[in-house]
Amino acid sequence: MKLITQNLKFSLVGIAFGIIFVKSEVINWYRIQEMFRLQSFHMYGIIGSAVLVGMLSVWLIKKFNIKTLSGDTISLKPKQFHKGQIFGGLLFGLGWALTGACPGPLFAQIGHGQLGVVFTLISAIFGTWLYGFLRDKLPH
Amino acid sequence: MFELLREPWPWYVAGPLIGLTVPLLLILDNKSFGISSSLRHICASCFPSNIDFFKYNWKAEAWNLFFVAGIAIGAFLSAHFLENPEPLQINPDLASELKTYGLDQFDNLLPAKLIGIQALGHFKGFIFMILGGFLVGFGARYAGGCTSGHAIMGLSNLQWPSLVATVCFMLGGFLMANVLMPIILSF
Repeated sequence: MKLITQNLKFSLVGIAFGIIFVKSEVINWYRIQEMFRLQSFHMYGIIGSAVLVGMLSVWLIKKFNIKTLSGDTISLKPKQFHKGQIFGGLLFGLGWALTGACPGPLFAQIGHGQLGVVFTLISAIFGTWLYGFLRDKLPH
Repeated sequence: MFELLREPWPWYVAGPLIGLTVPLLLILDNKSFGISSSLRHICASCFPSNIDFFKYNWKAEAWNLFFVAGIAIGAFLSAHFLENPEPLQINPDLASELKTYGLDQFDNLLPAKLIGIQALGHFKGFIFMILGGFLVGFGARYAGGCTSGHAIMGLSNLQWPSLVATVCFMLGGFLMANVLMPIILSF
């Protein structure tokens, strides 16, 4: 029960996010194809302006030492470089162009009523599992 | 006002709203934005299989599962109540390219011949849905994040490994869309 009450606010953020995904057409397969063929500025504008707003927000949070709602200090873990960011990144990109979706849009496409995407999601979950299974044998 | 909501939102509205998710999640409860972790939590909660990578307290990270459930609900709501009445406008070059592969219906989110229940069991359906999904899941975890965790959260926090990952996401996408996909589609 505590699990639900503590996390319900994140579902609300998710709902807003799902609406933005549909209304901005970023879950549309054709918009992703346009991006990778340099035929439209739309996706570059979205990702670029999202990153700029995110950068400015993180900078402001650090500069003014803004706390969480419960008064905790906001902590951001630095990312460690490993070769997975190259190999995994390339594989992810291949899949992104095929499916026209990254993980967030997969959930949005299903919510939109694209039931075939359920199988894409199951396959993505299996891919995640297989990474966990093979992790020690992969170059990092 | 309602008409405005029904129209497709331009990038300069949607992009900054997506960017604001970063501080919103941090201020709500110190959560770093990232969506592909949800796939890992699903594995950890349903099929941990005694794999070290899935042995952690996934319940402490359950916010991510509530977040993606919300994404599906939000998409459902906008599909039913805020649907754009106009047909999708796609670049004419893309339309003519896709027509050469027999794809000529642009009125849905996805090309039904490649991604959808009817495509399941066909060669192209297998490549686009099953192989595509696999690459998204495997690649995101191997890279340590997806477009949200690396391209948005990581770059917002000026993490250079996230820049490497983002460049590789784009390179993989360019390679698939321009080199490999025409071969797959010509079968």
